[in-house]
Amino acid sequence: MSKIALLSLQLLVAVVALALWQLFATVPVFGRLLLPPFFFSNPIDVGSQVVDWFSSGVIWKHLLITLWESILAFAIGSLGGVLVGFWFARQPLVAAVLDPYVKMANALPRVVLAPIFTLWLGLGIWSKVALGVTLVFFIVFFNVYQGVKEVSATVLANGRMLGMSERQLMRHVYWPSALSWMFSSLHTSVGFAVVGAVVGEYLGSAAGLGYLIQQAEGVFDVAGVFAGMFVLSAFVILIDLAVTRVERRLLVWRPEAVESRG
Amino acid sequence: MGKRVQADITANPTAVALDEATVAFRLADQRVYTAVEKVRLAVEDGEFVAIVGPTGCGKSTLLNVAAGLLKPASGSVRIFNAPLAGLNGEAGYLFQADALFPWKTAIDNVAIGLEIRGTSRAGALERAQDWLTTVGLSAFGNRYPHMLSGGQRKRVGLAQVLIRDPKILLMDEPFGPLDAQTRQIMGNLLLELWNADRKAVLFVTHDLEEAIALADRVVIMSAGPGARIIGDWRVRLPRPRDISEVRLDHEFHALHREIWGVLKDQVMKGYAQSAG
Repeated sequence: MSKIALLSLQLLVAVVALALWQLFATVPVFGRLLLPPFFFSNPIDVGSQVVDWFSSGVIWKHLLITLWESILAFAIGSLGGVLVGFWFARQPLVAAVLDPYVKMANALPRVVLAPIFTLWLGLGIWSKVALGVTLVFFIVFFNVYQGVKEVSATVLANGRMLGMSERQLMRHVYWPSALSWMFSSLHTSVGFAVVGAVVGEYLGSAAGLGYLIQQAEGVFDVAGVFAGMFVLSAFVILIDLAVTRVERRLLVWRPEAVESRG
Repeated sequence: MGKRVQADITANPTAVALDEATVAFRLADQRVYTAVEKVRLAVEDGEFVAIVGPTGCGKSTLLNVAAGLLKPASGSVRIFNAPLAGLNGEAGYLFQADALFPWKTAIDNVAIGLEIRGTSRAGALERAQDWLTTVGLSAFGNRYPHMLSGGQRKRVGLAQVLIRDPKILLMDEPFGPLDAQTRQIMGNLLLELWNADRKAVLFVTHDLEEAIALADRVVIMSAGPGARIIGDWRVRLPRPRDISEVRLDHEFHALHREIWGVLKDQVMKGYAQSAG
């Protein structure tokens, strides 16, 4: 199928869904509305809310805050994950001793940490960043750990026979292998950075997309909630597109762009 | 350095000398599996030796011992008369499986051997380009390994090993995964490169024809476990050789028939074991 045909079909799905929503929210069927406005609002109200946010410029502040929190959570979480992943992979004893604790920490639903972080770090951006970090860290950590441990034995032996020292093996073999695993989980970790930021905002903050949605919900402004959701989705798609670009640049040496969303 | 000088004084120093080398592995169930037993093998400087044996006889094990990747349980390994401790720094190793760094381009894969030695990047790249030209890949420098064919990857591997100018070349069925035509072309390329400076070569293969066509000496191993060397033939075919032509030589056929007579039993034994 051509690109244009595919795109128009994709658009068609959105148009039909929105049209049905508008129809059932405004035109009574057998005397009653299938989608009562109080619970479901309607596309036109949601759309005008979105337009309003952008034309008045209110939204930019919230978007920037969420973006900034996501970037910080991703950067700090990735850095920590890479360092600890390397450390564990190169020190099997450390890995064996700490293994149950890592599993415990990873099994914990991160949402329950949000109140603690708010208590420790306040209502500002850092409690949200911390929540995002706890999500990103484990994904990057597990991937780097795997990447270092699963370096091909032949490639490693080749490095040794070519005369590489431990440090050179680190730089030319372990490091690229670990990074390739990390990059292959880039979509997941970036996604989780955004999730951490938004959930954190939702649970208690003074700005950000999560805050906007929570505020609208507090006054039963369903149009506001949906508008916030749409802006958030568009935001995530844009970030995902950027990640795909970065990924394509970084993993040119790979047979095919391996994508893991696990 | 003292040792080196001393080694060079000897008229024709033995490049690789295995003496009574035995290699054993501990299996998962704690039994000990003896892969090769009391192997005595010498490769003179400038000599091309091929080891042929049935599958699973421990040919690669022997090569890993010479490389220093494996330590023999007993017996000694001497490289140019000096006992081998740790990795064999004089040897270049061409692996059977893909061993190129997949995240480096072809030219970076070749240059790395010089770079880690401290050669400047520009200098290393220049030499690497020369080597790529030598192996016929001058236009493929910026391709990643997965964009190259199997034969091209082997060429890059050959350049990667040879750019360091090792005194000994260890090759573990390097052309095994390639198709018949590519194998012949690669064999001729290898002979051509080897002819230029005649390094000591230890070449492992299961293909007797390939061994005779390439080598000065063909060594036959028995089927494992506890594989030994059971035959040693000198190949007196004239050099330089062309692999496809040398196969038509009747001396080649006579030698092939003679060696095959010994090898056949071992191959059958090897098959019976791996099937059973």
